[in-house]
Amino acid sequence: MATKASRSAARLMISPAVVLLLGWMLVPLSLTIYFSFLRYNLITPGANPFAGWDNYYWFLTDPSFKAAMANTLLLVGGVLLITVVGGILFALLLDQPMWGQGIIRIMAIAPFFVMPTVSGLVWKNMFMNPVNGIFGHIAQGLGLQPLDFFSQIPLLSIILIVSWQWLPFATLILLTALQSLDQEQLEASEMDGAGSFSRFLFIMLPHMARAITVVILIQTIFLLSIFAEILVTTNGGPGVSTTNLTYLIYVSSLLQFDVGMGSAGGVIAIILANIVAIFLMRMIGKNLDA
Amino acid sequence: MARNVTTSRKSINTIAAGALGFLMFFPVLWIVILSFKTEGNAIKAPLEILLNTGWTTESYGAVQARSNYFKHFSNSLIISLGSTFLGMLIAIPAAWSMAFVPAKRTKNVLMWMLSTKMLPPVGVLIPIYLIFRDLGILDTRTGLVIVLMLINLPIIVWMLYTYFREIPGEILEAARMDGASLREEVIHVLVPMAIPGMASTVLLNVILAWNEAFWTLNLTAAKAAPLTAFIASYSSPEGLFYAKLSAASVMAIAPILIMGWFSQKQLVRGLTFGAVK
Amino acid sequence: MGHIQLKGVEKCFGDVMVIPPLDLEIEDGEFVVFVGPSGCGKSTLLRLIAGLEDVTEGTVEIDGHDATELPPAKRGLAMVFQSYALYPHMSVRRNIAFPMKMARIPQEEQERRISEAARVLNLTDYLDRRPGQLSGGQRQRVAIGRAIVREPAAFLFDEPLSNLDAALRVGMRLEISELHKRLATTMIYVTHDQVEAMTMADKIVVLQAGVIEQVGSPLELYRAPQNLFVAGFIGSPKMNFVDGTEAAKHNAHTIGIRPEHIDVSAESGEWTGIVGVSEHLGSDTYFRVSVDGFAEPLTVRAGGEVDLHYGDTIHLTPNLDQLHRFDAAATRLA
Repeated sequence: MATKASRSAARLMISPAVVLLLGWMLVPLSLTIYFSFLRYNLITPGANPFAGWDNYYWFLTDPSFKAAMANTLLLVGGVLLITVVGGILFALLLDQPMWGQGIIRIMAIAPFFVMPTVSGLVWKNMFMNPVNGIFGHIAQGLGLQPLDFFSQIPLLSIILIVSWQWLPFATLILLTALQSLDQEQLEASEMDGAGSFSRFLFIMLPHMARAITVVILIQTIFLLSIFAEILVTTNGGPGVSTTNLTYLIYVSSLLQFDVGMGSAGGVIAIILANIVAIFLMRMIGKNLDA
Repeated sequence: MARNVTTSRKSINTIAAGALGFLMFFPVLWIVILSFKTEGNAIKAPLEILLNTGWTTESYGAVQARSNYFKHFSNSLIISLGSTFLGMLIAIPAAWSMAFVPAKRTKNVLMWMLSTKMLPPVGVLIPIYLIFRDLGILDTRTGLVIVLMLINLPIIVWMLYTYFREIPGEILEAARMDGASLREEVIHVLVPMAIPGMASTVLLNVILAWNEAFWTLNLTAAKAAPLTAFIASYSSPEGLFYAKLSAASVMAIAPILIMGWFSQKQLVRGLTFGAVK
Repeated sequence: MGHIQLKGVEKCFGDVMVIPPLDLEIEDGEFVVFVGPSGCGKSTLLRLIAGLEDVTEGTVEIDGHDATELPPAKRGLAMVFQSYALYPHMSVRRNIAFPMKMARIPQEEQERRISEAARVLNLTDYLDRRPGQLSGGQRQRVAIGRAIVREPAAFLFDEPLSNLDAALRVGMRLEISELHKRLATTMIYVTHDQVEAMTMADKIVVLQAGVIEQVGSPLELYRAPQNLFVAGFIGSPKMNFVDGTEAAKHNAHTIGIRPEHIDVSAESGEWTGIVGVSEHLGSDTYFRVSVDGFAEPLTVRAGGEVDLHYGDTIHLTPNLDQLHRFDAAATRLA
């Protein structure tokens, strides 16, 4: 509903954004795919011969790939489990009548705004360090052997740190969803004789279902790319026990300078993220129609 | 209407939620405390730190002395403000087009823009790294401004689009009838009406850019390193560093924490792409 | 000046033709009302004149000049929108000043016109308020004020009263009519409410599905509707329609008779029926009467104090001078 003049103005005004994003997407993406078929290492300059599927073969059969995949899944799954369950409970609690809800909310949201390198280092040193960290001090105070988080349970430690960062996000979104629930619906169900548990199960949870799905999908996209927390705490170790796919690709490309191999890994990471993205986009698209 | 809730019930809620909120906030609070201690005191047992140690601001000075802290701070500032500002400049016209002159393809364009946000950064790390190396913009603020602008552009466009859509088209048509040119229509009518939405868009994107820790770590060395990268340098420290790390961290997160608290509501909207209202 | 002429104007949205080619002439100073049910294309027609939509075919002439390709800003028309479309971030004063600011009119002249408009529209005390602090009627007046100060060739009103409550609507109707008398500027007014059309217009354009059904003065339309649609649309309560043998008696496919053109008698009449539900308005009473042999009950007007009750038998006689006859194609028979 507009005139020809405004339509052509609109095309003109949208084009910078489209051109930039198109370039941003296509150029690196096609280069990554191109590199992934080359034998290309920055340390050994010279010709970069075509390598066929070799890079993919070596990347996929490398034992550290298997470990990285497992770590990635555990990291994403673990954080999702903690943040979604914790987020539902926390949101339910925050939705109750209380004093100072604003301040409590502000405190609970704070971790989301802490930059990843800070939270990684603070947890590693001030909390999880077996000698000087708070957990170490507490264990000593109780007469227990302090836990050396990053050598005994390295991946779980990272899961905990990342969960701390993302729990506020899940809580905030689920709380928003919960607050949009029509009070009359709850009152009607109460009149129908539903107790508080059935109200949660049959009214609140279905109402939150959509928000929960969104939380899961969006977090998955971000969690697949967890990088800084690993870099500053364990460097992927001990061994490869905290190396996820992102970190593995970083190691092979920027530390071992193997462009071909890193690119093959990059393509795999893109495919993996797209599987999640398709579902997410579908949900967003549906909402756009409404 | 609000129900009567017994005081005891309310107290229990307050205590439970308060305790949880405090636990979540505690790490932040703890580094604030440690940042005002001496290095020797900062590694003592928590109770002793709280009860038996004095306060000092020496760590804040030490951070600047160890490495030029304010250079990194200003890098962060320039990169996050610059990328957001540039992004707004490109996104405002685009969002205007999509919100007020929707075509059949508009929805697809919007979805496609969002899909670029789903691209895992590591998938394009190598080409970007090589392109930047060849262009000589590795470890420059310009390079980071460009990258962060591009990765946040979909979010900026999206947020502006949802805010613009709430402005009735009739008002813009009224401006057109009143003799305003397209430029005047945008400047005198659209922008002033959209200021709250634009402000929260800016706020959220400054936060995202400030905390971005993949590209900032991989594309910078010493020169253009923002705070994310500077803090990361504490992962291989020399000597006692808890108080200094705390001081550096407090300064790095304080501005963003304050901005974040102001943008809670917009956060949900911006990060869920409108899928949760 | 405000002479507007549409020649072969046609509008399609994609493949859908919402306005088949039509011609229409609006004289300078005329108050023209586009009326029709929702979705009939009346607002689209107005927006084509405004330039907010492109015509697909045909030309729009304003004062003899082809304005088809002109952007809205250059057409010299002012528009009052259904939602008023006030700029919420500007005070009333700045809202009214906006079109003058765009036209680069000197400051003193702006001031003069603003105070004049504010005086006429009773807005003097509200000039420094924001639209959000005004009532619906006041916002309406600001929208009109913003239109007046441009001294446009014509005013376009897009259902301006539909967001007001009934009492205010009557008041604003009078104010707009009065404004027209005083300014003597062309006004084109879109509404779905035939009462607004009848009370305000010099000329009514009845539209249905993008087609002009009839153009004429309110009384012309009332007295001689050209087809069933206009007959049913103009007049309140609606005209009664009767098909079949009764219509055949008058050599027509359908006959129409308005409720006010039927005489009621307790003793004798052409038709006999049973009184159904009645609506007492004080001055008048409207009855639903089920007449033997008619498919639909008739609506009949009687005096305010008439003593008839549900279930009574009465006799009706149509006023033959006021009987409308239509053929099978729904067109009026002479």
